[in-house]
Amino acid sequence: MAIDQGTTSTRCIVFDQNARLVAVAQREHRQYHPRPGWVEQDAVEIWRNVDRIMPQALRQAGITADQVVALGITNQRETFVLWDRHTGVPIGRAIVWEDIRTEELVAQLGKQPGIEEVRERCGLPLATYFSAPSLRWMLDNVAGLRAKAERGDVLFGTMDTWLIWNLTGGVNGGLHVTDVTNASRTMLMNLGSRQWDPMLLDFFGVPAAMLPEIRPSTEIRGTTTRVVPGISITAALGDQHAALFGQTCFEKGSIKGTYGTGGFLLMNTGTELVRSKHGLLTTIGYQIGGEPAYALEGSIAVAGSLVQWFRDNLGLIHSAPEIETLARTVKDNGGCYIVPAFSGLFAPHWLAQARGLVVGLTSYINKGHLARAVLEATGWQTREVVDAMNADLGAPTPVLKVDGGMTADHLLMQFIADVLDIPVMRPLVAETVSLGAAYAAGLAAGYWPDLEGLRRNWHLAARWNPVMDARHREDEYANWKRAIELTFAWARSTPST
Amino acid sequence: MPGPIQSIERAAAVLRLLARGSGHHGLTEIADSLGLARGTAHGILRTLQRVEFVEQDQTTGRYRLGAALLHLGTSYLDANELRSRSINWADTLAARSGQEVRIGMHHDGAVLVVHHVFRPDDSVQTLGIGAMLPLHATALGKVLLAYDPDLSAAARRRELTSLTRRTITRAQALERVLTEVRAQGWAGEAEEYMPGEASIAAPIRIPGGLVVGAIGISGPVDRLCDSAGRPRATLVRQVSQAAEAVTTSLVDEN
Repeated sequence: MAIDQGTTSTRCIVFDQNARLVAVAQREHRQYHPRPGWVEQDAVEIWRNVDRIMPQALRQAGITADQVVALGITNQRETFVLWDRHTGVPIGRAIVWEDIRTEELVAQLGKQPGIEEVRERCGLPLATYFSAPSLRWMLDNVAGLRAKAERGDVLFGTMDTWLIWNLTGGVNGGLHVTDVTNASRTMLMNLGSRQWDPMLLDFFGVPAAMLPEIRPSTEIRGTTTRVVPGISITAALGDQHAALFGQTCFEKGSIKGTYGTGGFLLMNTGTELVRSKHGLLTTIGYQIGGEPAYALEGSIAVAGSLVQWFRDNLGLIHSAPEIETLARTVKDNGGCYIVPAFSGLFAPHWLAQARGLVVGLTSYINKGHLARAVLEATGWQTREVVDAMNADLGAPTPVLKVDGGMTADHLLMQFIADVLDIPVMRPLVAETVSLGAAYAAGLAAGYWPDLEGLRRNWHLAARWNPVMDARHREDEYANWKRAIELTFAWARSTPST
Repeated sequence: MPGPIQSIERAAAVLRLLARGSGHHGLTEIADSLGLARGTAHGILRTLQRVEFVEQDQTTGRYRLGAALLHLGTSYLDANELRSRSINWADTLAARSGQEVRIGMHHDGAVLVVHHVFRPDDSVQTLGIGAMLPLHATALGKVLLAYDPDLSAAARRRELTSLTRRTITRAQALERVLTEVRAQGWAGEAEEYMPGEASIAAPIRIPGGLVVGAIGISGPVDRLCDSAGRPRATLVRQVSQAAEAVTTSLVDEN
């Protein structure tokens, strides 16, 4: 069984030994936007949703708790909540990874001495969406919080930690733990030791007493005492890490790309901790027992959300999938490129001030060309990230394994294969995030013998082979890079206020 | 002969009212203008909204004619939309049946493959999205023919190309098969398209029952059919369930 605590909803999925989906229960939760740039969620609402969907999934599967081999938890990363250890009541709402309230704080922290050292130790660039800046913001802005945190009366947890604490008893002895992948997204963990780093805690001013114990992904070892008592919790992983695991990207150099609202590419770099020289993040892929598998991550902020923008803000299509229909009304982009730097550019450029642009407009361009440019933007951003990964690892990856809602876009998948010049493969089980958490949990419980056993469950549902002419590909890529350059120029020319 | 159906007459009146003047009316205005109870008018409007003949302005709450009315004659459902909505169910069908899955829609006198899932045995296969298949020789095509009177009439007038020695080439024989398809709710075919291959398909419908596409499996004839050459009941059930699941997902999201 897997619980996938995502950004917009929480799902409970039951899989059988062949990794086939047996039951799915899902509940959405509210998003709060109390001020511009603030994004919050109610951790109690999320906990109540878990309380509903777990029994629902069991009913749907027609099984009882004792037939569940193990439970794995996967979650939206970086989002965290603080709560009172004695009452279990959260201190305010959970701060979501999309929240940019710490923009100023991040700018200040960026000027502090030791910032280079911070990146070296945690593998992440200083940015609003990692947990530490928001946690610091809470400690600075909630009266009396710091003192309570120092006494250990207030606890910190990413959503995995919050759910495990509650499931294993809450105020009555709930486990306060997290896994290495979630901890690796806080900016507080040392990538080498995989423990909270005193220098990082000091830099962000975070008391150690409030933090959970960090464990390998498959050594969580708790038992539920609430909701559905008696299920052993054996694994936890951040959602993108779970997708890497669910895609069975176990070999060094294998990459998965999840295409939803944003695009998330992770490359397994094996036991080697690769520090990116090309603008990627270093993170932990997963840790099964003693040895961790490290990973490089490149996130594309805007992928599916560009299609949503095209639908909602321009009104040129009625539904997201229609973008493909519109794009197919023309044979190419007509010389038009869209760089969707809505809130800056992420990997590999990391330019927060960048803003989007549409270039190459002529009177010939129609909405079909724009639709193509929208889809191609995701393809080119993928190319940039994969190029950076290959450069960091020193070897080209042979295939890209994909998942997520946008894999239904046939034109986009073909385009990604074309611009990467490698095959793009989609597995039969689309729910790779949940599957990855279930795999980790089942592996820990001995339900599956080893990684090879998991790999045998991976079946190919679709494969797109590259067909684009090499010359054409390189010309187009050069155009895309010029468009990116213009984005930089625009950011530079923005008057500072 | 049965009498006129009152709710359809009332729905027509609502559409006529919205088609004239400002084109924007609130629920009370509509109910009062037509002399209907508010609950009745609301039920009619909700139903018309569901079939996209009427839209509700999110800020004012007023109703107006829906965009779907403007292109009634053209295709109702976008092919890429259908793929997107059905992808999980097609995967499930491939996993359960162990066979490759295709979703087809009618295009230009043939079956256009809008979605394809490989047979989950990791053998080398080629993605067939965008391919055109013959209507009369595939299970997908028979489903599309069976529920579209214009299409089947056109097929009767045209010569039915023989692809194997089992392909149905006589219009009368095809008509008999299509009647059977409508009666049983699914279509099958054994070696009518390719020697050694068989296929089974069922209709995908939108609310109201209109068939917009078909979902089906194909594979070796000895895997899909029993010793008497009839499609295996378990596979037929799996295909029908997948078709119903896609149909339900189209209803839910409308």
